[in-house]
Amino acid sequence: MPGIHGPLMAATYPDAIMFVVSAVLVLAGAIGVIASRNPVHSALSLVMTLFGVALIFLAQQADFIAAVQVIVYAGAIVVLFLFVVMFLGVDRLENLVVEPLRFQRVLALGLVALSVVGMLLLGVGAHWAIGAHSVTAPALNQPGGDVAALGKSVFTAYLLPFEATAALLIIAIIGAVVLTRRQPAAGEEGDAVEDTQGAGGGGAPAQERSNQADADGVDPDGAAGGQGSPREAPSRSSRGAPGETDSRAAEDGEPGTVRRAGEEVLR
Amino acid sequence: MGDPLYVHGVTLAAFVIMLVKVVVAFAALMLAVMIVIWFERKVISDMQSRIGPNRAGPWGMMQTLADGIKLFFKEDLIPGQANRKVFKLAPYLVIVPAFVAFSIIPIGGIVTVAGHSFELQVADPPIGILLLLAMSSMAVYGVMLAGWGSGSKYPLLGSVRASAQMISYEAVLGITVTSVVLVTGSLSTRAMVASQAASVLDWNVFRLGVVPFLLFFVAITAELNRPPFDLVEAEQELVAGYVTEYSSIRFALFFLAEFMNAITMSAVMVTLFFGGPDGPRFHAVIWLWPILWFVGKTLVFLFIYVWLRAALPRLRYDQLMELGWKVLIPIALGWLLVVGAVVVDRWWGLVVAAGLIGAMALLGRAMAVGRGEAEGEAAALASVDSTGGGDGGPRAGTAGTATVGVAWREGDA
Repeated sequence: MPGIHGPLMAATYPDAIMFVVSAVLVLAGAIGVIASRNPVHSALSLVMTLFGVALIFLAQQADFIAAVQVIVYAGAIVVLFLFVVMFLGVDRLENLVVEPLRFQRVLALGLVALSVVGMLLLGVGAHWAIGAHSVTAPALNQPGGDVAALGKSVFTAYLLPFEATAALLIIAIIGAVVLTRRQPAAGEEGDAVEDTQGAGGGGAPAQERSNQADADGVDPDGAAGGQGSPREAPSRSSRGAPGETDSRAAEDGEPGTVRRAGEEVLR
Repeated sequence: MGDPLYVHGVTLAAFVIMLVKVVVAFAALMLAVMIVIWFERKVISDMQSRIGPNRAGPWGMMQTLADGIKLFFKEDLIPGQANRKVFKLAPYLVIVPAFVAFSIIPIGGIVTVAGHSFELQVADPPIGILLLLAMSSMAVYGVMLAGWGSGSKYPLLGSVRASAQMISYEAVLGITVTSVVLVTGSLSTRAMVASQAASVLDWNVFRLGVVPFLLFFVAITAELNRPPFDLVEAEQELVAGYVTEYSSIRFALFFLAEFMNAITMSAVMVTLFFGGPDGPRFHAVIWLWPILWFVGKTLVFLFIYVWLRAALPRLRYDQLMELGWKVLIPIALGWLLVVGAVVVDRWWGLVVAAGLIGAMALLGRAMAVGRGEAEGEAAALASVDSTGGGDGGPRAGTAGTATVGVAWREGDA
């Protein structure tokens, strides 16, 4: 086959073109992610990178993984990023000169140099080639195609990691819900009331609440908080501490809306 | 497997034929959009006892063309608050997926022109139907960025609604498509059509039980933001949703994409559940019949969309979300489990169906008990408020437990 056959690159011309195009997409996207001043532009650059990676999967004849890459990563995860960025009000321009973590740029440069050197060594020493077809037999030619091959390996050889990942995701979701609920523990009610009232007085949560309410089409102080609260905290009625009515009044509005915001993010 | 066009590799002839296929499909889709817009306006005016467009051309058929020309020559405005890059990018992120999704639809059988035989379908990739899901998830970006990039309130609200709605209903879409994939054993749309070709009873709509088709239909209507799920552009609330700030050709692109998607999704429905171009063929011009059957079936669904628009009022947003998450997704998941079990073995199907019905009954019972408890609590809280708190606590507790006790006794009996 005509093509490029060097120590670092071994590919036919169509493969080489495909590799170069996807590599440019991936790199341009990656640079865009860290160099854009606007977080929304960063997220869009991330989509470009994910598309490039999907192209590389296609070149490796892993069609199913490529489709899933687009559907899950580009289609769901970055959309969630955008949701958070757009609707929690962090879509302002960022000052790239300020360094939130000290030494991180030096560290990043060092790591980039290290990985480039590592890849060069692998290319020359272990004969890893850029743009070549996958080493094992292409999964597409097996009966059932790459979907069957992937399904078999996920539910036999890699069953434990697969299920562990599923459990991890569930734990993360439950953790997020628990963290965003902010239910006061018994005995700390006074502090909790202070907290929620303080947050309500500030600018950002109020804005968040109004956005949320508009998005859901529900009145934040009326229907949503009122009906949500008694069901969410079934144990509250058995507590007869003085000042309970106050705390309930404060909670009816605030934790309800905060929780709804959490759900929105999870979705 | 795959298009017979490429059996000899990508030759020059194959390349030219592929190019022609793309251009013809694009032109046909554009023409179809023109006709469908006219069709929708005419049908809906008939349903509302109006005349509808009747000036441009015979029966007003050129009305869309006139509207298109008008839009193209209007001034192109970009709001001062807009994020210019994103604002300009968004229409293309909507229209490109709309066209790419159409490319996997098999329009007819295999035809032979000048010694080259090829499928009447722009592309037949091995991932097939997944391309549709990928493209519909890409279209979310267009909608979202259009709303955000406009830099004003109503578009933003419209795009929040649209993207939340599209993401929610994509889950239903994916699950129902999976049940079709299960009985076909392939992701390729061509294989799906082939597996339904034996008789009308082999069409997936009957083979899977009618439920997946109904779920798919509802999910797709929501995905398209068509009435009764058109909260995205609820005029009374949001002006025109995410397209409020768009004008001229950019608005035309959104408009085009909307109708392209309606056509594509109708065609997908025909492909997945109604045998695609399958139908009786007669002796004259044998290649033409599949195309006619395909177009006819697609038209039926386009008519149903117009009918829905004329007949149904718009849902409220919480109703939309509850329908999606609490009704459609559980039913779709349960049905998928049963379909999977039936594919393995008929008896397994029965076992799983029985198990699901039992589990649903248990869950329903548990929810009823929980609701009873919550109501008991609410009543108790109300009594606490009326007595002024303080010593109301213990009483409220007993009221709650009493309700639960009653509920459980009912459950045992």
